[in-house]
Amino acid sequence: MGDQRIRGWINAWLLLLPAMALLALFTHWPAFATIIDSFFSTPRARRPSVFVGPDNYQQMLADPIFWQALTNNFWFAIGTIPASIALALLMAVWVNDRFPGRTFVRMAFFTPTVLPMIAVANIWLFFYTPELGLLEQIRSALGGRAHNWLGSRDTALAAVTIVAVWKEAGFFMIFYLAALQAIPPNLAEAASLEGASRWYFFRRVQLPLLMPTTLFVLVNAVINAFRMVDHIFVLTRGGPDNATTLLLFHIYTVGFGFWDTGYAAALTVVLLLALAALALIQYGVLERRIHYR
Amino acid sequence: MTTTRASRFEQREDQYQPRGRGLMLETVAAWSLALIWIAPLLYAVWAAFHPPEFSTRFAPLAPLTLDNFVRAWDAPPFARYFLNTILLVTLVLASQLVLCTLAAFAFARYEFPGRGIVFALVLAQLMIMPDVLLVENYRTMSNLGLVDAIPAIALPYVASAFGIFLLRQTFKQVPRELDDAARVEGASGLQTLLKVYVPLGKPVYLAYGLVSVSYHWNNFLWPLIITSSVEARPLTVGLQVFSSTDQGIDWAVICAATLMTSAPLMLGFLLFQRQFVQSFMRAGVK
Repeated sequence: MGDQRIRGWINAWLLLLPAMALLALFTHWPAFATIIDSFFSTPRARRPSVFVGPDNYQQMLADPIFWQALTNNFWFAIGTIPASIALALLMAVWVNDRFPGRTFVRMAFFTPTVLPMIAVANIWLFFYTPELGLLEQIRSALGGRAHNWLGSRDTALAAVTIVAVWKEAGFFMIFYLAALQAIPPNLAEAASLEGASRWYFFRRVQLPLLMPTTLFVLVNAVINAFRMVDHIFVLTRGGPDNATTLLLFHIYTVGFGFWDTGYAAALTVVLLLALAALALIQYGVLERRIHYR
Repeated sequence: MTTTRASRFEQREDQYQPRGRGLMLETVAAWSLALIWIAPLLYAVWAAFHPPEFSTRFAPLAPLTLDNFVRAWDAPPFARYFLNTILLVTLVLASQLVLCTLAAFAFARYEFPGRGIVFALVLAQLMIMPDVLLVENYRTMSNLGLVDAIPAIALPYVASAFGIFLLRQTFKQVPRELDDAARVEGASGLQTLLKVYVPLGKPVYLAYGLVSVSYHWNNFLWPLIITSSVEARPLTVGLQVFSSTDQGIDWAVICAATLMTSAPLMLGFLLFQRQFVQSFMRAGVK
């Protein structure tokens, strides 16, 4: 009997082996190595990597672009997360109703999800382009002063934020739509018998039942706020004057533009800490509090 | 489980279905937002099918042309990029399906010491995705001598925590009796997996496949870093050729290239819209 149990263990481990080996090689080890490397200097042609203690972190604290990237990322998150979630909810509520052209509308909302960001960013580039761009054409038709949306420090970050919201909202809508349709119809019957208005039904019945979905969408939105940089490559390359440099884009520039891998490791540690904090908040606090029934 | 959800998809509470003026308002609002949402695509279609001089001038009677597609196709080695992307998504998906199935089966149906910890190690990848570990993964790839090859783009994504998690949930719902029956007939663990579990997981495999293909078809940053030659670069990286020209931007060609890059996914989406939307739903709602 014990023999068979051990055979079961060995089978299980053999089944897991390929996946776990790759996970260890490309997720666990690099995450760990990033922390180690952040305390070492960047290896150069004639100088191998040496232990430098907190030097990379001191460089980081003194790096104005790092602080700029962190601030930008904060505003990018503040701009994308609530807007894309609210829009997704609105879209889902609409598409959940029956009205003429519902299929088309649902498709229109969802389409950005399947388009490559790098490709659609080119189209947005046209919208924002000075003089010829669509926005400027509309502006000149309405009057008002010419404006370079991506070239100006005041509007560049907002412009790339809008593109991110546009890309994400339809994706999140799908999850809300699924959750709305999973709500038992007898709740609506009961609520309408009690004379609840549609708004009241939405606020007191649908919204609380959507909380687990909101949590799921929220976590994804936060991760995306740190991960979405593709459009930056096309729209602004981090400019003007670093106004749209996000943390991951800065890591890319330092690591693969300047090949300063030691410093890039220190920057990555910050990103990993942010994601770890998110994981802790999700499993520790939110999961326990969001329970209905 | 899935059938009840599918049938609910059709029903809805009629009590709160808007009527009369409310319905009209909602229709107008939803259509307006939908038009804004699809505007970039509409523009791309306009610019791609008209001569470049009409890219920024919207004359309703502008002549139609396919010239932009020809020019876009000839500019970078587009055919090669297409081939690379197809190879990439096939390689990623095929390896993901095999590895995730095996791992998910172990988590769903085997008792072994350390299962909880190992599963937590898998879930860690949901937060710390390969997209974030660029620098170290690049170093690993160059140590392995794999830089600038299609497998190098695929490898970090092959052991997908999302896939393992999704399939584990699916396998756990398979009734024990089916498993026992297969084993009584003398099937080994792997045979049971192939004959009982995998066929029952078909809709989940489809859902996961669609999500995976659209993710890797569109992925950009990691392929940009790890590849440097035409032989390995996927479409998304190749597309950059157009936006990084110094001599002014040719919107017509960009839009034609954009449409060609997105066409396969969009076509798939239009053909299988229903399955696509439901797949994403199923993949997300745990």
